[in-house]
Amino acid sequence: MSATATLPLVDRFEHGLDAPICLTWELTYACNLACVHCLSSSGRRDPRELTTAECKAVIDELERMQVFYVNIGGGEPTVRRDFWEILDYATSHHVGVKFSTNGSRIDAAAARRLAADDYVDVQISVDGATPDVNDAVRGEGSYATAVQAMRHLADAGMRGFKLSVVVTRHNVGQLDDFKALADRFGAQLRLTRLRPSGRGADVWDGLHPTADQQRTLYDWLLAHGDQVLTGDSFFHLSAYGDPLPGLNLCGAGRVVCLIDPIGDVYACPFAIHESFLAGNVRGDGGFARVWGESELFTRLREPQTGGACRACAHYDTCRGGCMAAKFFTGLPLDGPDPECVEGYGEAALAGVDPMATPKPGMDHSRRSRVQSGPVPVTIGRRPDRACETSPLAASAAGRGGH
Amino acid sequence: MSTDTRHTHDTRPRPFDLDAGWQLHPQVSVRPERFGALLYHFGTRQLSFLKSPKLLAVVDRLATSPSAHGACVAAGVVPAELPSYRSALATLAASQMIRERTDR
Repeated sequence: MSATATLPLVDRFEHGLDAPICLTWELTYACNLACVHCLSSSGRRDPRELTTAECKAVIDELERMQVFYVNIGGGEPTVRRDFWEILDYATSHHVGVKFSTNGSRIDAAAARRLAADDYVDVQISVDGATPDVNDAVRGEGSYATAVQAMRHLADAGMRGFKLSVVVTRHNVGQLDDFKALADRFGAQLRLTRLRPSGRGADVWDGLHPTADQQRTLYDWLLAHGDQVLTGDSFFHLSAYGDPLPGLNLCGAGRVVCLIDPIGDVYACPFAIHESFLAGNVRGDGGFARVWGESELFTRLREPQTGGACRACAHYDTCRGGCMAAKFFTGLPLDGPDPECVEGYGEAALAGVDPMATPKPGMDHSRRSRVQSGPVPVTIGRRPDRACETSPLAASAAGRGGH
Repeated sequence: MSTDTRHTHDTRPRPFDLDAGWQLHPQVSVRPERFGALLYHFGTRQLSFLKSPKLLAVVDRLATSPSAHGACVAAGVVPAELPSYRSALATLAASQMIRERTDR
């Protein structure tokens, strides 16, 4: 017997923990960017946003539950006027903070403040190792903004902050360049999976890595696994062979969850939809009751059938993949992941009616953009799409590729 | 998931001195669980797991025992189990979750 965990504790974690290991907390739906793949469809602030006092009450609960840290995101969390106040409140109550930002508010002074706090970590989002690849997804000038923020952090002496990349068809060839970019600023590279969630559902068909690219990514992760973080987001690729470092399970509602800006609690950050809504922190019993007693989370912690995947030799490694990716591409939750390495997902997608796929539960995209170009099949549902001027728009328009 | 766990299998544990005094790293938080405990290091931002309540009992006793061996005995570890607990402690030491005391 080995007494510490060099092995994943998958079996125990699948039954859930009394409190999350960590959780994602989107502080606001407001954002100064309009990334085409935004998984929370952010843009405009929601008037029902949790107040400062309500945010502090959530932190009090997290402290009592001994949640080690929260991944704060949005939207762009730093646009909240009380952002720093919430940050300080969390860290002074033993709840560590890792927050994701596009870097636009990380000036020299902010960088010095962050570098001085051991309990805060920062993730700068960059989706291309070059301005052209990045800005096509995240918007004009966003690469320069992110690099400037990284420079401020490095100058302030902050080490090991994260350069966070969503792997796409267009940047998967830049993995070494991302690594070099992170190294240049003393940062650590974090790669995560593109999910068909939020506005990501619109662009997923044209933007998610091809089967060949997935294999390349897997090999790269195996070779660099000890130097990059992945948020365990590529566990579906473990079916290629050796498991990737990490827990290799879907932690939704078991060891992780999402609190959204209005206090709604979802099973995971990629599942903003009523089907995965467990409750609201404003309800009686607060977050702790939602985590401990909600009908949805109880169900997610029961043994899963595995459905058609159970017969597959890889089931023990991939465990059927990502729940959210299946859901938003219209696949059954007990079926294969859309990016199943055996190709079962791709085959299953061919039988999905693109008009019948579930729509995100919230859309805070800004309405300022004018529709142009080919009419997407999603018109009417999401008339405020941000991607019309992007080269990705054409591939986002239809799902006929499968 | 978004736990960003990094397991310690990539760090090769050095020989662990059971006769030395050890303690939890001051930046490590321990959360007891039914299976044992979760450990989080705020400095390295790494998560580790104690896979049994008895190992948690050992870790809890490190700071107040003259040696790691003493902590194991106090926690009820029998001689036959000692090698696996030593290797568990070595893994925790390699990931800086525990560190040697300088008080001897």
